[in-house]
Amino acid sequence: MSTTPDAVEQPDSFAFTGENLEKAKAIIANYPPDRQASAVMPLLDLAQRQHDGWLPRAAMDHVAEVLEMPPIRVYEVATFYTMYNLAPVGRHHVRVCTNLPCWLRGSDDVVDTCRRSLDVDLGATTEDGMFTLDEVECMGACVNAPMMQVGDDYYEDLDAASTESILAKLRAGQTPTPGPQNGRRGCEPVGGLTTLTEIKAGGKSRGKGGGKSGGTA
Amino acid sequence: MLRDQDRIFTNIYGFADAGLKGARARGDWDGTKALIAKGREQIVEEVKASELRGRGGAGFSTGMKWSFMPKEVGPRPHYLVINADEGEPGTCKDREILRHEPHKLIEGALLSAVGIGAHAAYCYVRGEFYRETEVLERAVDEAYDAGLIGADACGSGWAFDFYVHRGAGAYICGEESALIESLEGRKGQPRLKPPFPANVGLYGCPSTVNNVESIAVVPEILRRGAAWFAGLGRPRNTGVKLFNISGHVEQPCTVEEEMGIPLRELIEKHAGGVRGGWDNLQAVIPGGSSVPVLPKSICDSVRMDFDSLHEVKSGLGTAAVIVMDRSTDVVRAIARLSKFYKHESCGQCTPCREGTGWMWRMMERMVEGRAGVEEIDLLDEVTRQVEGHTICALGDAAAWPIQGLIRHFRPELERRIVERQVAGEGKAA
Repeated sequence: MSTTPDAVEQPDSFAFTGENLEKAKAIIANYPPDRQASAVMPLLDLAQRQHDGWLPRAAMDHVAEVLEMPPIRVYEVATFYTMYNLAPVGRHHVRVCTNLPCWLRGSDDVVDTCRRSLDVDLGATTEDGMFTLDEVECMGACVNAPMMQVGDDYYEDLDAASTESILAKLRAGQTPTPGPQNGRRGCEPVGGLTTLTEIKAGGKSRGKGGGKSGGTA
Repeated sequence: MLRDQDRIFTNIYGFADAGLKGARARGDWDGTKALIAKGREQIVEEVKASELRGRGGAGFSTGMKWSFMPKEVGPRPHYLVINADEGEPGTCKDREILRHEPHKLIEGALLSAVGIGAHAAYCYVRGEFYRETEVLERAVDEAYDAGLIGADACGSGWAFDFYVHRGAGAYICGEESALIESLEGRKGQPRLKPPFPANVGLYGCPSTVNNVESIAVVPEILRRGAAWFAGLGRPRNTGVKLFNISGHVEQPCTVEEEMGIPLRELIEKHAGGVRGGWDNLQAVIPGGSSVPVLPKSICDSVRMDFDSLHEVKSGLGTAAVIVMDRSTDVVRAIARLSKFYKHESCGQCTPCREGTGWMWRMMERMVEGRAGVEEIDLLDEVTRQVEGHTICALGDAAAWPIQGLIRHFRPELERRIVERQVAGEGKAA
């Protein structure tokens, strides 16, 4: 769970941009009338994206106002979930999974590489404000372990060299290609398919003629 | 071995288009109107007859769960809630459905909604799956635009809306009542049952919470018939299943196989075998982090289904197979899971809030042998004081890996303790 650091410089005010206010209205419409509290999570996410990746108190208060919720209910949510940052983060938020399946495949190397390359400890931000490094729990990409998330993207099948290369590209202002870094496309066995060979992967499995064409792979 | 024609997720690797055009080419949305026309009762009966058991971990009969919903829809609407908060360490199957087979999920949601008398589904996707959510949302838009869902889904007259809701990083929200709390805009803390969601669920209305994979296989069950699905695997453990094979194998991967496939065959056929060969195997966690670890002797012959794994005091869980070779510090491996459960306890129930921390600290000492031999039994006793004494199953899930470790690796725990004691005496002398 996130906790509020003692001394975070808080901005005086926050309000959704016009565009984001429209997005917020569309989100609220996803839930039944009088159930707009359901929108608190997506609205906090929207606010965080608008505010350089973290949620100042003013943003939580604004979300409370938009949803007509007591602010304390919004604080409760913002402090419960790990993806809400209650203090400023670097431009690139690097989150390395160290849970068991990643650890078995070398997440220690990924963590060490990040720490050395960025010269920061876990939970810290580089002096230039470019990177925040965090250790996280399982992110659900275990057959592509070890992995890390940067912003919204997963970087998978990592080793020390590919981790270093990704960080270097980010530092140079480039966007490294997300996904597996060992040449495979997704979660298939790296040595070649063991299934979906009778029909083309991505094709139709139910045979017996039929009007429609087969696979598109 | 399962033939490709019996596989449901033919685009699980994402080699083809995940969008509507690609999905139709794979046979999705084929004759859906006629499937809806089967009506609520028949849909539930067919899913029951298929013996589909929930793919989220608990393995409860999906058709049975649906039948708990009120027979008549009263003033409170019914809701389908889809659990896509995939976060059980080792598990990454729903992710592949979300990003590569989203139309199977949406079509399945429509048919399942008919089965429980619902006109709306909320799909709760874990927050970290941002790109996966983008794919799903595009697929939802396509389905609306094509009239497959909406006011008159597939021209059937059934109104159906599909909403996507992103979480924000909390493992506990994979528990169905915590998920509902979270969806209503609160902290994800599980609710005391009863009442069960089928009576009082989302917004106080009758609700069914199903895992992504459970929902996504429904269209094929209805199209090909319950007998086809029930004919795969063995009784009470039927059908096909997505398996995630991670850890010390040559080629970690996700694969769709027949329920009941021997664990060894699964690993050797699809994952390239254990690193260094089968004899280099030390242990396997066969169903995600919550199920007890198994030593090689059991892995040699066990089958991958609910009842087979239950018989050896473990579980199929999410069918996430975590393989550990002989180089693994198996005590440290389980200690890592203990740290995870401590991190993820919502703090509501005292046995879990305090117990997960206590278990983790003891496990950290066990890693180094910094304990007395009698403390192994004490640790086991602590796990049993947590297990079954909490509102939800997170307490159980934190207890089981340690129980499995003590059951099968007690000599390893004792060895560390004794070696440390001997080393200490040596220094003192």
